[in-house]
Amino acid sequence: MATYSTNEFKNGLKIMLDGYPCTITENILVKPGKGQAFNRVKMRNLKTGRTLEKTFKTTESVEAADIEERNVDFLYSDGEHWHLMEPETFEQYAADAVAMGDAAKWLKGQEACVLMLWNGQPLSVSTPNFVELAVTETDPGLKGDTAQGGSKLAILETGAEIKVPLFIEIGDVLKVDTRTGEYVSRA
Amino acid sequence: MSVTDWRPDATLDMLRLRARVLQTTRSFFLARGVLEVETPILSHACASDRHIESLQSRVAGAAAFLNTSPEFTMKRLLAAYAEPMFQICKVFREDELGPWHNPEFSMLEWYRPGLDLGALMDEVQQLITVLDTRHAPEFTRLTYRDAFERAVGFNPHQVTAAECRACAQAHAIDCPVGLNDDVDEWLDWLLTQLVLPALPKHSYTFIYEYPATQCALAKISRNPAGDAVAQRFELVYGELELANGYDELQDAAEQVARFQADNAARLALGQAPAVIDQHLLAALAHGLPETCGVALGLDRLLMVLCGAQCIEEVLTFSWQKA
Repeated sequence: MATYSTNEFKNGLKIMLDGYPCTITENILVKPGKGQAFNRVKMRNLKTGRTLEKTFKTTESVEAADIEERNVDFLYSDGEHWHLMEPETFEQYAADAVAMGDAAKWLKGQEACVLMLWNGQPLSVSTPNFVELAVTETDPGLKGDTAQGGSKLAILETGAEIKVPLFIEIGDVLKVDTRTGEYVSRA
Repeated sequence: MSVTDWRPDATLDMLRLRARVLQTTRSFFLARGVLEVETPILSHACASDRHIESLQSRVAGAAAFLNTSPEFTMKRLLAAYAEPMFQICKVFREDELGPWHNPEFSMLEWYRPGLDLGALMDEVQQLITVLDTRHAPEFTRLTYRDAFERAVGFNPHQVTAAECRACAQAHAIDCPVGLNDDVDEWLDWLLTQLVLPALPKHSYTFIYEYPATQCALAKISRNPAGDAVAQRFELVYGELELANGYDELQDAAEQVARFQADNAARLALGQAPAVIDQHLLAALAHGLPETCGVALGLDRLLMVLCGAQCIEEVLTFSWQKA
């Protein structure tokens, strides 16, 4: 079992905490001059996305999380699994809805994603920051209303529901920020 | 960090502030007849403190260590000449890197044969009053026990690890992974998280009478309340530690016992044992005069003088750029 000592802690290091893989986002030394040192660590739980804080006595060791990242293309979904492939090796992975998380609602096919593997199994999928998707359903557009505020719901070709300005019509292709789920512009 | 980021961390104003502090400090000691000395930064031996790691180098194929403080060599000067003396030098500590730590830092260390610990606190206060020209600085003195009793309501000389853990839980602070039944480690944690934050934010506090188990190189005695205490003080500004002073241990046999205890603790933690400084032991056997001594972190003091939150702001080149 690989372990890391607290003096190897740095941002981006992947460790196991309470059975979950976590990535370190901040590591601060707390040390009275002649006294025991501590590492106050902020982490993101890679499975749940939650952030957490934990302090370790310096010289403690923690288990390393077996995390790898792969650049993959999204191929298709069979309803239960989302199939992804490494373009160089043609290695294929099947991620379930839990691993896909929010990524599922932005993908229609061929997008380049980053797949995170934990112990060789899909843990999470990161989509491109921006995707372009067509509107399949929305209330009729209001002509001329381009400057006013106000928004309405639109359903995109992947089934994702987002807020859009009133002038958007069915068939428009929209640029969407997947990190916030917000409309950016017409593509 | 880009390799082409060649610029210093310090602004020109910061360089001027550092120069003023160095010059004022030298004038202060010159006027008091305290001799400026220079001792080796590179040594055959190293500090034994279980919580301080020396950086190791090599000289002619043999292990050599960078000073974590000039204490041992200055004590040898004291054993030889019994003069009041000060030194301003760079010291090094492995693995100390953070908002308040840089592995290389500037230390002002001085020894005052014949002065007691209270008189040395007076002198620290006088020096800082000369250096801190922002306003008339305020100073408070508190025993370690009073500081704990005020902040967390217990006597640190009598507490158990289980009571410390209960205190951390009651105050909703983290209980660090790996903290078990060592009371001193718990006290260090509670000191940084609850006791120091309860002190006045914008003034200086001397904390004295540390637990005997945290004596380092200070003498141990009993206070009027009957607690075994180390004749040691620390100076903090808000929560930031600035200086650490001792009524210096003179007993060579006791010094050997403390080195051995430190090395036993280091081995138990899987750390390399320290190379014991035989020159220091010989000097103590010859006779160290009654003396108090104090080490003050100059970079930390600069942080106070300019309101910096992070040590990088006051360093000319921080470790990332060194």
